[in-house]
Amino acid sequence: MRIFVTDQDGTEHELEALEGWRVMEVIRDWGLNIKAECGGSCACATCHVFVDAEWQDKLNPPTDEEEDMLDTVADYEANSRLSCQILMSEELDGLKVTLADSARQDEAA
Amino acid sequence: MSGNEIVTDVVIIGAGPVGLFAVFELGLVDLKCQVIDILDRAGGQCAELYPEKPIYDIPAFPEISGQGLTDNLMKQIQPFGAEFHFSQMVANVEKLEDGTFRLTTDAGEVFITKVVVIAAGGGSFQPKRPPVEDVEQYEGKSVFYAVRKMEDFRDQDIVIVGGGDSALDWTLNLEPLARSLTLVHRRDQFRGHADSVNKMRALVEEGRINFITGQLGRLEGENGQLKEVYLKTAGGELGVPATRLLPFFGLTMKLGPVADWGLDLHDNALIKVDTEKFETSEPGIFAIGDINWYPGKLKLILSGFHEGALMAQAAKKIVHPDQKVIFQYTTSSTQLQKKLGVA
Repeated sequence: MRIFVTDQDGTEHELEALEGWRVMEVIRDWGLNIKAECGGSCACATCHVFVDAEWQDKLNPPTDEEEDMLDTVADYEANSRLSCQILMSEELDGLKVTLADSARQDEAA
Repeated sequence: MSGNEIVTDVVIIGAGPVGLFAVFELGLVDLKCQVIDILDRAGGQCAELYPEKPIYDIPAFPEISGQGLTDNLMKQIQPFGAEFHFSQMVANVEKLEDGTFRLTTDAGEVFITKVVVIAAGGGSFQPKRPPVEDVEQYEGKSVFYAVRKMEDFRDQDIVIVGGGDSALDWTLNLEPLARSLTLVHRRDQFRGHADSVNKMRALVEEGRINFITGQLGRLEGENGQLKEVYLKTAGGELGVPATRLLPFFGLTMKLGPVADWGLDLHDNALIKVDTEKFETSEPGIFAIGDINWYPGKLKLILSGFHEGALMAQAAKKIVHPDQKVIFQYTTSSTQLQKKLGVA
């Protein structure tokens, strides 16, 4: 399985993904710029991605908990999702997302 | 040395699980600790981000919540009498001629210590900054991430952005002072307390505040003084007069002032340490838990506990170089059991 992730600089990366992994974990494991501060607990919104239009309807809708956390991203768009809440499955082979600025790992200060 | 300085063996920066367990390990080797944290209570990320979420990889606890882990650690370290200094951040570290360190916090507290232990996890919790052009030039003048003095908001045109308790609470608290107050949120649903939501909606009904569904777009003003906030709404861009802006998007962690202490960093984000003592490039300053880096590092609470145990042995040699460090087990050592109050 693969996912296509466009980073904050506009470069697209093709990443190998495994069944059952959270998309956030795939992105983090491949070393892209994702903060994922809480480690996948849906508690920080620092794994924020924008889902490509063709894939939005293929995802489970966000839970109330995810919607609440999306309130804490200042760069929200209609296609915003938390990548820790998207579980990889065969149906999502080829998923395309773009990393949001609010998911950046900050420089030190 | 002034009379206001707190003199101690060890200052621990960070009261998360790793910082708390460091108090235990340091206590076993008779070292006294002062603990500083930017939050208003112990627990760090566990208490701030996921107090109710279960953690499954703490040895001997098949499942424990972040708050439960914090509570247990606080009970475990109780015999060692560590003193806590909350709601402040270490702003400055200075090495003195006698080899000790002087730490000054942003609240003005001063500590003289032989050992510094950085257990700050992902760093200090800082407000999330909205990605709005030039927001930095307004910060501290007309854009604020917290309300320190309500009087600074009297007779101002206030725009508050957010959907949580901070946004709602300050909407309710500042409304009586404001010339005008506009609450902005991306949707017409709020995650704050229902009572606060009801009170806010009542103020809207009475025409005392405005509520706009939308998002921050751009700012207009000069010399740090806001004049207008432009919002992105379903109907297009909307300008709202604003002399004060309060964005409440929650907290995120940044390394913060630690980045300027001259310690060797990895990827400009984590503090490099050795794996024998977990000491940084500055002798006497240690880093344990998620904030450190060494080859093979795993960001697990478990790892931080292990790092704290080895750090304590090294700290003992710095604080009491003339004393032999005797390795003992709590199961068999009467000495250790006396320290723990169980013998």
